[in-house]
Amino acid sequence: MITEINSLIAQYGLLLDEDRLEEWVELFTEDSQYKVVTRENKIMNLPAAVIWCDNKNMIRDRIHSYRHVNEHNLHWDRHIIGPLRINPMSATEWQVQASYSLFQTNLEGRSILFSVGSYDFKMVVENNTLKINYLEVVSDTASFETLLATPI
Amino acid sequence: MKIDWSRNDYSSIPYYLYHDESIYQEEMEKIFRGPCWSFVGFEAEVPNIGDFRTSWIGDTPIVVSRSDDNSIHAFINRCSHRGAQIVREPSGNTTQDHVCIYHRWCYSKSGELVGIPFKRGLKGEGGMPKDFDMKAASPKKLQLANYHGVLFVTFSNKSETIEDYLGEFGRSLIKRFMHKPIKILGYTRQMVNGNWKLYAENLRDTYHASLLHEFFVTYGVDRATQKGGVMMDERHRHNMNYAFASSDTQADANKAYENISGVNLDRMNLSDSKLLKYIREFEDGMNLAAPTFFPNGIIVQINNSLACRQIRPKGPDSFEIYQTLFGYEDDSAEMLRHRLISANLVGPAGFVSMEDGEAIELVQKSTKNDLNSHNIMEMGGRGEIKNLEHRVTETPVRGFWSYWAELMGVEAKDGVR
Repeated sequence: MITEINSLIAQYGLLLDEDRLEEWVELFTEDSQYKVVTRENKIMNLPAAVIWCDNKNMIRDRIHSYRHVNEHNLHWDRHIIGPLRINPMSATEWQVQASYSLFQTNLEGRSILFSVGSYDFKMVVENNTLKINYLEVVSDTASFETLLATPI
Repeated sequence: MKIDWSRNDYSSIPYYLYHDESIYQEEMEKIFRGPCWSFVGFEAEVPNIGDFRTSWIGDTPIVVSRSDDNSIHAFINRCSHRGAQIVREPSGNTTQDHVCIYHRWCYSKSGELVGIPFKRGLKGEGGMPKDFDMKAASPKKLQLANYHGVLFVTFSNKSETIEDYLGEFGRSLIKRFMHKPIKILGYTRQMVNGNWKLYAENLRDTYHASLLHEFFVTYGVDRATQKGGVMMDERHRHNMNYAFASSDTQADANKAYENISGVNLDRMNLSDSKLLKYIREFEDGMNLAAPTFFPNGIIVQINNSLACRQIRPKGPDSFEIYQTLFGYEDDSAEMLRHRLISANLVGPAGFVSMEDGEAIELVQKSTKNDLNSHNIMEMGGRGEIKNLEHRVTETPVRGFWSYWAELMGVEAKDGVR
């Protein structure tokens, strides 16, 4: 299963970086949650999130709105995801943690470190496929440059 | 400094006012360290004795701290000795004094210099001069006003009272939001590469809301066709944008927006619309109420998402939006969850707010090479600055500039107020 977990994480970063966001949504189970929080709120035990989708439909809406409704900064994303810490919860459930760096490059070709932090995944097998059932992105970067439109 | 206002109603602003370093420095002096009251946060952020928070008023670092007698104080976060930052954590609680790490000078919770290591020297040698006045050497204290749980500070001892500063306008709006104890839910921040005044303008520009923020229009959260308007205080330095959801029909909106390129009411349906749910919670029935307070504060209600934002200037071409999300102490678990879900609307990733950062940067980027040109701010009319029962207007932005010009001592000849 370690191979599948590694491959899911690689796919996660690749789909975001290649702007294949609709395919990225399909990595999640229907009842999954996707949450972006900041490390400073977490340390202070404050519940507010920067993004909180509590089911897959809300994740779909995020992407749909990004594509068709919201205006945003034009850029490319590049995720660098560190080594995984894999913790089996049961025969079909894994907790997976990793650090990430997310670089953004604007269309003038200038790159910045946009967000650095950690991923806390729960992965499950659904219809013989490994999927994300829960993801909390904890961004050490609390002050986001300009805006946050594309998922971390 | 003399400014070539091309009109006396501030409907045309020269671009250098958003870029010039010396003007920025003067703003820090005459506005943020001047006679106006700056928004600093909520009493609920320092509820207990010993609680403290660091903050910024303009580009001056400050500490807000609750002292042993339960009173709240604000003082400059800079050691009197050599100028090092005293408090380094963004917030916390201390049972002891605040201690500068450099030479361990100690400051009480109310900001007085109370301890200097080796003050009398060692074995009769060294030490501070006998006539050194600890009290006189304490960091500058700010006047702090706690208006129904909202904290404001001023650097001046000659400011008008907070009640007069807010006016009937601000007093009633603060009471509207602070009618029962609030609960802090968390913070979001974003750094925008633009002049701070572009955001102060943005918050007063109701014209852009339903054009730039298409999400607002698509889902009827805020449309120009709804009953709503802009209200200001008598000096027109503060303002409020307000609206009543469900006061227009889809047909009204379709007609009004049909020829506007880029805005499409039927662009998408949400698969999960719970973040648009509005549970009526204020007697006035407004679903959108956003009072701004000159120079740096706003309280924002968008449906059931409640927040305040503080503008933290970081130089002529950069500022941070520091947002505090809140609810009420007596919120049920469901209401708390609903507020946290509704918070998807606001902040750096907010469905109805993310665009502001981008729009402001576009202005900042493309005006810096043509500093003497002027923008156009005539939407809603020229001349007199007054309250309006519609929102196709930029009039409150002219109110901001009118008071800015007064504080900077550069009012236009016969300038409107």
